[in-house]
Amino acid sequence: MQLQFFVQLLVSGIATGAIYALMAVGFALLWQTSGTINFAQGEFIMVSSFIILWLMGLLHIGLVPAFFLAMFISMFIFGFLFKRILVDPLLKYGDVPLIIATIGLGMIIRELTRIFWGANALPFPSLVKNKILIFGGLRVGTADLVTIAVAIVIIAALQLFLNKTFVGRSMEATAQNQDVARILGINVDRMILYTFLINAFLVTSAALLVTPKLLAKFSSGETFGLIAFMAAIIGGFNQVRGALIGGFLIGIIDNLAKFYLARVHLPFTDITLNLSPYALAIPLLLLIGVILFKPEGIFGRKEERSI
Amino acid sequence: MSSKLNSTIQGQQLVKTETLKSFDYLTWGLAIALIIGLILAPLWLKNYGLILLCTWAFRTVAVQGLNLTMGYAGQVSLAQAAFMGVGAYTSTLLILKAGVNYWLALIIALLISLLIGFLIGFPALRIKEGHYLAFVTLGFANLIWLVLRNEQWLTNGPLGIRDIPRPSIFGYSLFEPIRFYYFSLIMLALVTLVVWFILRSPWGRAFKALRDNPARSESLGLSQTTYTLLAFAIGSAFAGVAGVMQAGLVEFIDPDSFVLWRGLLLVMMLVVGGSGSLIGPFIGAAIVTLLPEWLRFTGEYYLVIFGLGVIIVMRYFPKGLAGLLPFVKKRFFTREVQS
Repeated sequence: MQLQFFVQLLVSGIATGAIYALMAVGFALLWQTSGTINFAQGEFIMVSSFIILWLMGLLHIGLVPAFFLAMFISMFIFGFLFKRILVDPLLKYGDVPLIIATIGLGMIIRELTRIFWGANALPFPSLVKNKILIFGGLRVGTADLVTIAVAIVIIAALQLFLNKTFVGRSMEATAQNQDVARILGINVDRMILYTFLINAFLVTSAALLVTPKLLAKFSSGETFGLIAFMAAIIGGFNQVRGALIGGFLIGIIDNLAKFYLARVHLPFTDITLNLSPYALAIPLLLLIGVILFKPEGIFGRKEERSI
Repeated sequence: MSSKLNSTIQGQQLVKTETLKSFDYLTWGLAIALIIGLILAPLWLKNYGLILLCTWAFRTVAVQGLNLTMGYAGQVSLAQAAFMGVGAYTSTLLILKAGVNYWLALIIALLISLLIGFLIGFPALRIKEGHYLAFVTLGFANLIWLVLRNEQWLTNGPLGIRDIPRPSIFGYSLFEPIRFYYFSLIMLALVTLVVWFILRSPWGRAFKALRDNPARSESLGLSQTTYTLLAFAIGSAFAGVAGVMQAGLVEFIDPDSFVLWRGLLLVMMLVVGGSGSLIGPFIGAAIVTLLPEWLRFTGEYYLVIFGLGVIIVMRYFPKGLAGLLPFVKKRFFTREVQS
């Protein structure tokens, strides 16, 4: 019974983690290829779900067509325009002005969302109706399974693209060493633009999968951004693989912690504490631990220092 | 009439320029006029205006602390609001629950913020490349918020703590807004003096050297980690003081007053005002405090406008508004001299 319960928590943890991985991979990609530490990542995800809702209401279309339309809008605004208007002019001043500009952008998006759609949480349709399936005593929700399936298809496609296609390899080369990539005749600027477009696509997918669970709310971007951050740093931000594993890790830890921290029995006493509000503290402590002991991330590789 | 002679090489030629003395007169005159204006402000401001100025004062103190971390040590801290929370809650709980004297509580709050600054700055600043301090402070800001919200027995949770007393000095109560205003002004002056002193000291020069050329400074024997850590811890202690000032002013604190995005707002105040400049924090805090008052018509759009302003400042004047001063000096108050 104990084990069964653990497996159930693990499955829903993997579903959460798959979404977190989508959030984190795009974040890590931007960071690697262009040095953009995007503090508006969470707000991109948050507002994407509002764009999907808005399109559904405006054009009277279903969730899936609205998602694909939103994806193009998102790629244009949070991919192309974001890079051309904000990132390109600022990158030459170093990364701190760009960090601050993305913080400002995040605030603009959050406030505009609050003004246009209000401060209340809006319900968001789910891809499939959640039905509980029972496999030999194991209860698993279909929503979780679909989330895992969609996320894995996207991640696998991304990995194939990055590792097997010429453009993907060129993007990896750009991420590793821009100067050498340029010498090899790779159009570095174009490759960076592709990462921004991919990030916008991942952001919209994450919005599609995460919002049915958490509702669409203007303030949830802060949490999403924090998760993308933690996943990328814990896993190792200089590799796509690191951010992926980081995302899954945080999702699983999150789910397990929420359950097991609810009844913590202090040893040698009769006191039982409910520590589940502190579930978020565990990935945060893990983050601080990683920075303390393995700053390149659990799965990252060390970077040579140059002066 | 010349005050300073500077030599710069333009192209192949050595150009001697001098800064006109009128520039010094002008800046000093403006500064003195502003100080006198602040002292005399209660003559024509009602309570509401004074409270606004008090808000400006505690924000400036917090941003000035951030200026040490960001402007001089070149590291990004996102937890400045969380440190304000540490200061505000420490002092309030000490006063209300333990009956500690206000001034002692202020000092303890300052020391605790300083200590926590050292504790979380140490792991983050060991690594020189990258922005690990930003990440650690991001985590810390969220942890503090979680603790403030969930430890209801101590902090009263999301409802916050009401009826926080304002201090008195030698039996002279600072409850009246005008008195609390002068208290805030004196605190602001003290903090500014401390920053000014730090920047003038060999210490401050080490900060600047490390920011501008870390490799060379390290080769001269300055430890970047130590100096950055010191700057961050002192900057955090300032935030603690600002938190105590805020608690006294508002007479109410709750976890949401010290949430992450408030810290981000402080960062934006600093860069808009001008990081790495002593007057930058004054300008940045004034904009965020006074903008919604002057631009009433902006209503709820004011944070959107401020966000746009941040991006424009970053794009066109990365040194912030205070960075315009050297430009004005060079453009209008400098002339070439024949050698």
